[in-house]
Amino acid sequence: MKKVLCLAASVLMMVSLVACTSKTDELVMATNAEFPPYEYHQGDKIVGIDVEICQAIADEMGRKLVIEDMGFDSIITSVYTGKADLGVAGLTITEDRLKNINFSTPYAKATQVIIVSEDSDIKSPDDLVGKTIGVQTGTTGDVYAADIEKVKLERYNKGFEAVQALTQGKIDAVIIDNEPAKVYVSQNDELKIVDEAFTEEEYAIAVAKENDELLNEVNSAIAKLKESGKLDEIVNKYISADN
Amino acid sequence: MTFLMDFKQNFIEEDRWKFILNGLGVTLRVTLFAVLIGIAIGFVVAVIRATYEKTGKLVICNFLANVYLTVIRGTPVVVQLLIIYFVIFASVRVDKIFVAIIAFGINSGAYVAEIVRSGIMSIDPGQMEAGRSLGFNYIETMWYIIIPQAFKNVLPALGNEFIVLLKETSVAGYIALEDLTKGGDIIRSQTYHPFMPLLAVAAIYLAIVMLLSFLLKNLERRLRNSER
Repeated sequence: MKKVLCLAASVLMMVSLVACTSKTDELVMATNAEFPPYEYHQGDKIVGIDVEICQAIADEMGRKLVIEDMGFDSIITSVYTGKADLGVAGLTITEDRLKNINFSTPYAKATQVIIVSEDSDIKSPDDLVGKTIGVQTGTTGDVYAADIEKVKLERYNKGFEAVQALTQGKIDAVIIDNEPAKVYVSQNDELKIVDEAFTEEEYAIAVAKENDELLNEVNSAIAKLKESGKLDEIVNKYISADN
Repeated sequence: MTFLMDFKQNFIEEDRWKFILNGLGVTLRVTLFAVLIGIAIGFVVAVIRATYEKTGKLVICNFLANVYLTVIRGTPVVVQLLIIYFVIFASVRVDKIFVAIIAFGINSGAYVAEIVRSGIMSIDPGQMEAGRSLGFNYIETMWYIIIPQAFKNVLPALGNEFIVLLKETSVAGYIALEDLTKGGDIIRSQTYHPFMPLLAVAAIYLAIVMLLSFLLKNLERRLRNSER
């Protein structure tokens, strides 16, 4: 009986191990599709700038792109444990993060902006001192807002929940990436974006630390896309030129 | 060696341990007060339901209690939490710990109610008859004779509910409340270390639950002393 159990257990373990390693002809991209226009749901599909860039990278590498939509917090864990090859969700490079994960060369520039209600007295980033600010956990807004003096930070799981709290007057401002901010403001008449931007940063793709081979492939694919103008083409498709 | 460096990065640098400590404080506060609200609601609802089943009185109260049980047990606690924060307390700046206590308290009350009712129903009808013939009225008999015995019977199930409640509060992060789980998530989002903050959070929950189980076991033993 014991032997049978042992055998069953080992077979089970082997099967689960095999299931863990992603097939080499697939390129698995972990993202959180609640971040328009970089990644969001449209009908039953996930679309956006990041998705198209990854599709282009996958094409360059001759692999099939598979998108895994998950909580923002789980993206890095998935990449680290090899459940996904790439973490692509408007991720920003910081010193702390580089200790645990590798980043590709940046593929897009982004600005952090401040959303406030129409009648707010916040006119510039300097006015944020001592205010209650909503951010999405782990986004660049979170990283930088924590440095503002006497600020009360509220970290929401989703960007739109922070915006919802703002429309209900629960918080004074939301700091979030420029492009999603425009989408949120266009949906809410009583909100506006403060003219002066909060910070500037660059997005990069996260790759597991030991996977240098993949990192090089991704970097050369990004370089090619930049050179051929395909990268700008994708970005311009989603972001109108007037900004 | 890497373990030490990882540990240092995740908990020592930038005073990140404060996320864990403050989060633990929030989790404990929310759990404690939610348990108290849950017990209060639970006992009232249980007595109403048991009274209706035994005597046929309190029809309207029983109906309301049934609606409460159906709605609360029929929807996930995260959804209730979000509804209370964004719909019921819309357009007010309300303390989020307060919202969490209310949400988890109301949620727990529904489960406590059914646990306590099972305890009340398990007491022999002779106990009620004996109390009444000694001159106690219905409420006095409930309070002095039925509930104390029922409480002893349901203590294991009640303890279980409190342990579940403690762990359920881990969804408080949905309303940007920085509880223990959220504290770990914030560290994870800053350092991008995949497991260390998670494991630390898990170990703390485990330690609290073990302590809670130990205390409950002691309480059960002390209550059993009267049986001999």
